[in-house]
Amino acid sequence: MAHLIELRDVYKIYQMGDETVHALDGINLTIDEGEFVAIVGQSGSGKSTAMNIIGCLDVPTSGTYHLGGVDVSTMQDDQQAEIRNKMLGFIFQQYNLIPKLNVLENVELPLLYAGIPSGERRERALRSLERVGLAAKCKNLPSQLSGGQQQRVSIARALAGNPSVILADEPTGALDSHTGREVLAFLKKLNQEGDTVVLITHDNSIAVQAKRIVRLQDGKIIYDGDASDPRAVVQPMESGDPVAPDGTFSDGEVVV
Amino acid sequence: MNLSQSFRLALKSLATSKMRALLTMLGIIIGVAAVIVITSLGNGMQQMMNQQFESLGANIIQVQVYGMGMGSSRSVEPEDMYALAAEYPSYLSGITPSVNLQTVVRVGGEEYEQTSVSGISEDYIEMSGDTITQGRFLRYVDVDRARNVCVIGAYLSQEAFGGGGVGETVYLSGVPYTVVGVLNASSSDVSEGSGDDCLYIPYTSAMRLSGTAYVSGYVFTCPGRDSAATAKAIIEDSLYQIFQSSDYYFVLTSAEMMDAMNTMMNTMMVVLVAIAAISLLVGGIGIMNIMLVSVTERTREIGIRKSLGAKRANIRSQFIIEAGTTSAIGGVIGILLGVALAGVVGSLISSTMTGTNATFTAVPAANSVLTAFGVSVGIGVLFGYLPANKAAKLNPIDALRYD
Repeated sequence: MAHLIELRDVYKIYQMGDETVHALDGINLTIDEGEFVAIVGQSGSGKSTAMNIIGCLDVPTSGTYHLGGVDVSTMQDDQQAEIRNKMLGFIFQQYNLIPKLNVLENVELPLLYAGIPSGERRERALRSLERVGLAAKCKNLPSQLSGGQQQRVSIARALAGNPSVILADEPTGALDSHTGREVLAFLKKLNQEGDTVVLITHDNSIAVQAKRIVRLQDGKIIYDGDASDPRAVVQPMESGDPVAPDGTFSDGEVVV
Repeated sequence: MNLSQSFRLALKSLATSKMRALLTMLGIIIGVAAVIVITSLGNGMQQMMNQQFESLGANIIQVQVYGMGMGSSRSVEPEDMYALAAEYPSYLSGITPSVNLQTVVRVGGEEYEQTSVSGISEDYIEMSGDTITQGRFLRYVDVDRARNVCVIGAYLSQEAFGGGGVGETVYLSGVPYTVVGVLNASSSDVSEGSGDDCLYIPYTSAMRLSGTAYVSGYVFTCPGRDSAATAKAIIEDSLYQIFQSSDYYFVLTSAEMMDAMNTMMNTMMVVLVAIAAISLLVGGIGIMNIMLVSVTERTREIGIRKSLGAKRANIRSQFIIEAGTTSAIGGVIGILLGVALAGVVGSLISSTMTGTNATFTAVPAANSVLTAFGVSVGIGVLFGYLPANKAAKLNPIDALRYD
């Protein structure tokens, strides 16, 4: 059976003045339906670039990316927009709700761009809001809600289009630890209900909530495996230092 | 994509910054209002002039004969012109010689400087459509014998003779004339210098008074506006036969005069509207400017929309609709302002024109209102396209990171 997400030898190379930056340096990654994967790495590790490519916001310099069996790595702007609309649901650190639209209109947006008629759009958006427990607030503006509630609205928006993959980019970054835990618990629940969730974070304590951890450093995958494996949460030595293939580490650098 | 939501969004973003929206629209408002005021006043002016021509008689042909000077064998006598009219009754329905006098009317100690004094024949009353209220109009015998009699207009009758006048005496250049008739007022506005401030004497008497030997002016009427051109040709032909040159006379129909006036008015209006349209252009640039600012301000929103699956066309149409809505609202305000302003200016103008029998009302034409609205929407869309396209082409990653 084909994988839901399949990256093959993906490189992303930027030209920064005279310097060539390998943001992604030959990534091979597959994610199947129903998985809960955390992509972890420090800033500069390439996790944001990976998220952009998985999220169809960017295309790789070389290599292929199949999403749902379709090669999306060579698509044009508008085709990518359609893929994002149909297959992906984004949850951002800053919630990224449109401040002028009320909660319901925000959740309706992906359905609007999918061309769904207004009656059905409203119904599906409301159902989605019910799942996050905010149907009562549907006429409020985002600014009238707390941070946690706003993030739940953005989750409802991500769910509204019934996507194949939910991409969460540092979803707890702007929240206090309590509401952060709530949001994570909710993502877990979504995964238990069958949704595929890809979580991008720099924080090991959040990453371990996932079933599987993919650790990036300098554009390469340095660990890919079960979240319960202690090597998954290794904080690598110095950025740029070669890491032994067997994952040698010293105790002091483990962060849980 | 969904147009109604785009409209609602556009209205919302206008409502959130009313001052900015108003300033953005100002150029369009001023431009549209100016165009409406100019066209309304122009239309009013045209209507007024047409009205005046109609009241003078739209089918009048004026003939001016300069002649070849004294002693020339080639000259035109009133008899020639009468004969011409008799020859072509279906084209020339009426004729009168016309001698205008630059003289002051004196009654007792009062002088009436504004009164127009003309020498005409007894046929004049039928041609002008005036009616007699007291006494009688001039008769053939008055003309034939060059009697010193006159018919006065309603103004002189009211001012000099308290509403009467028949049998009284007026003095023209010291010569006494007996009033034989009074004309009905031709309009409700009987005042000095108006159409009712007039005095008619036999043209023969007028020639004697002014010391001229021949009649230089004639007025013909033709049965309808359609026959005016033919009637003019007939008169010109006959005058050419006499003078063998077209340099010694001038024939002008009132239809031609009206056409010339209308053409002049239209040209003037086009020039003024073109000047006003510059303001529309400036308004369009204002909209473009604000839309560019708006695109920059809302870069993040554009990124969010794109990440949720908005295509370029969706983003583009959103911003174009916003620009179009802004300018359309500006256009509507401009139209309302323009119509109101035209009304005020129109009534001001007509209040300064009490001395004449003309009525002036500003007439906002439906087609100029519609055109103004269409043009303002068009400008919004046109000048909104560039910023909208800029927004549509934004890279979603950069847009999402934008603060």
